[in-house]
Amino acid sequence: MTADIFEYSPAPESRAIVKLKSEYGLFINGKWVSPQSKKKFSSINPATEEVLAKVSQGNQVDVDKAVKAARAAYNKVWSKTKPKERAKYLFRIARLLQERAREFAVLESLDNGKPIRETRDVDVPLSAAHFFYHAGWADKLEYAGYGDNPKPYGVVAQIIPWNFPLLMLAWKVAPALATGNTVVLKPAETTPLTALLFAEICEQAELPAGVVNIVTGDGTTGAALVNHRDIDKVAFTGSTEVGKLIATSIADRGIPATLELGGKGANIVFDDAPIDEAVEGIINGIFFNQGHVCCAGSRLLLQESIVDDFLTKLQSRMAKIRVGDPLDKNTDLGAINSSAQLTKIKELSESGTKEGANIWSAPCTLPTKGFWYPPTIFTGVTAAHRIAREEIFGPVLSVLTFRTPQEAMEKANNTPYGLSAGIWTEKGSKILWAAQQLKAGVIWANTFNKFDPASPFGGYKESGWGREGGRHGLAAYIKGAK
Amino acid sequence: MRIDVMKTYKLYIGGAFPRSESGRSYELKDKKGNFIANPALASRKDLRDAVVAAKSAFSGWSYATAYNRGQILYRMAEMLEGRTEQFVAEIKALEGVTDSVARKQVQDSIDLWVWYAGWSDKISTTSGGTNPIAGPYYNFTIPEPLGVVGVIADEKESLLGLTRGLAPVIASGNTAVLIASEKLPLSAISLAEVIATSDLPSGVVNILTGSKSELIPWLASHMEVDGIDISGADKKLDGEIKKAGTENLKRIYRFEKDASLKRILSFMEYKTVWHPIGI
Repeated sequence: MTADIFEYSPAPESRAIVKLKSEYGLFINGKWVSPQSKKKFSSINPATEEVLAKVSQGNQVDVDKAVKAARAAYNKVWSKTKPKERAKYLFRIARLLQERAREFAVLESLDNGKPIRETRDVDVPLSAAHFFYHAGWADKLEYAGYGDNPKPYGVVAQIIPWNFPLLMLAWKVAPALATGNTVVLKPAETTPLTALLFAEICEQAELPAGVVNIVTGDGTTGAALVNHRDIDKVAFTGSTEVGKLIATSIADRGIPATLELGGKGANIVFDDAPIDEAVEGIINGIFFNQGHVCCAGSRLLLQESIVDDFLTKLQSRMAKIRVGDPLDKNTDLGAINSSAQLTKIKELSESGTKEGANIWSAPCTLPTKGFWYPPTIFTGVTAAHRIAREEIFGPVLSVLTFRTPQEAMEKANNTPYGLSAGIWTEKGSKILWAAQQLKAGVIWANTFNKFDPASPFGGYKESGWGREGGRHGLAAYIKGAK
Repeated sequence: MRIDVMKTYKLYIGGAFPRSESGRSYELKDKKGNFIANPALASRKDLRDAVVAAKSAFSGWSYATAYNRGQILYRMAEMLEGRTEQFVAEIKALEGVTDSVARKQVQDSIDLWVWYAGWSDKISTTSGGTNPIAGPYYNFTIPEPLGVVGVIADEKESLLGLTRGLAPVIASGNTAVLIASEKLPLSAISLAEVIATSDLPSGVVNILTGSKSELIPWLASHMEVDGIDISGADKKLDGEIKKAGTENLKRIYRFEKDASLKRILSFMEYKTVWHPIGI
């Protein structure tokens, strides 16, 4: 089927715009400092396994230094900075991100493995938009519905994942700063480079030292940060498993947490859906960002009467997905972020086959170096299969079927997660009915995987605590707000 | 001389008044040491039954119109008003307070039910909204009830203590499992009589009396309980309750203010819906 794909000449984006240093320190109190342990680890390009740079392994001592810097900056500078001035720092950051957008897009693609088309059109512009949006809130918080005198928490510990490294930084840092908090941020182990480049943006914006501190490292660094006794709030995006560990470790301390965790989103196609649009929506729902998306539409629920026709169209569309060089502007599906993630995807896929579901992968040629997985669907999936219950976090779609709308809702809600859901039908009343029934924080009707700084994002049930974005997301960083 | 008819204080689960399945009860005396009642000492099984009842009632109650929920909460205030003397007598007996203090507590409780009755159809307006998306999409956010919420009544004020927790939880469409005050349980069970005559559907509120230290851990670790108001629990237990609740990431809160919109919103979830705009 590969022959069906139009032959395109390679169209790689130049890497020349990115000037990487060979080694990076930690960004604490406005300075680049060596980690106490002197240990460094490599951040690699998952598409080629080439080492991009060495970054610092932060430990408890480094975390302590960063928290102290954030505390001092909060007490001495940031809490005394007028809201309208705080706003202008954030506007500066938004503009600087826009000015250096291509550089960030290329670096994000290199470090994460995601296609340049996505970093260029989604990650980076949305990150800038997030800062621009929250900048405007900084001096209008008394209008946000959280009382006349909304107060920040103080020092916020933020831990972000590897799937949208810069965007998740923006989701965390922008509202925290806008509401007057200072930050210690721990980027993901496999994707620290855009956060380190963001430190340069903070320097260019002349953000006061210590307002944003960036400590790179692995899970132990994150644990040291969460367990630090002088943080006032935790914000975490990542797996439900780690989210529960964090919830447990802060239970005795009376500090709040925002948790954006896993999902197993149902994308429901009714028999009266616009089929071609729905096919595109399903593709976008599961293959966007290699399926490394907590709100991915990873369970396709098809009404029985359209199953055969729909699957034929879906497979035909999947065969046209261009998998390969993330820097190529025509690439749709890039590299899996890490060898560990690839192992997890393979293990869960194998369980699908073992448990009796039928696997089909698009016939594409995968590069020999790096970490790759083809666009894949499982049919004949039942609710009991692991691939219907567990988050795969890869380009793997589980297809289930239903007869009645009620059955679709039951199946969609039959999960401990509750982050996202999709509805495909031309009937307006059915959309609103289904949107009401679905237990999920974000519902996309006749669209999927859309994000905006003005739109609150976050989950029901075990998908987490709180919202990010919009007026509602501000509550995460305002003391006592709900 | 006429012999009084004494009341049997039982549990309230799924609209019925059962004794504890365990057959247990505990002795309650007034401030002077006189016997008052043998309230049920609820067991883990009773708690689980209460959660099942609450879970079953959730769909009906959460999808009832906000106007309807508001009217039913207001009806509870009406029923309470008519039973004022009964509550005053129970409060005086257990708390040892004067008639006017007890009466004030009942009146404050009635007024609080009225306050929350009026909230039910305002929450979406004050706390939801449309969001201006940078693209051709219509996007709105609405608060929705969480599900089954545990409420732990405090040990200070018989009726007011439980009203503060219960009213905001059910006003938004949640269903509740109330663990009554251990020392002051009479108002809780008498409130069940109010509930039973107020058109509140069976299972929306379920009331357990007994030992808090026995029941709270089961409540905190129950996978079908979505949130808990721990304002009435011993503060020293906060960490333990929260830890037990992490398995399903329960929303667990202690509130400082007696009445607030925050008490309502803490047990709601924001849902955001997107749809393209086009022809």
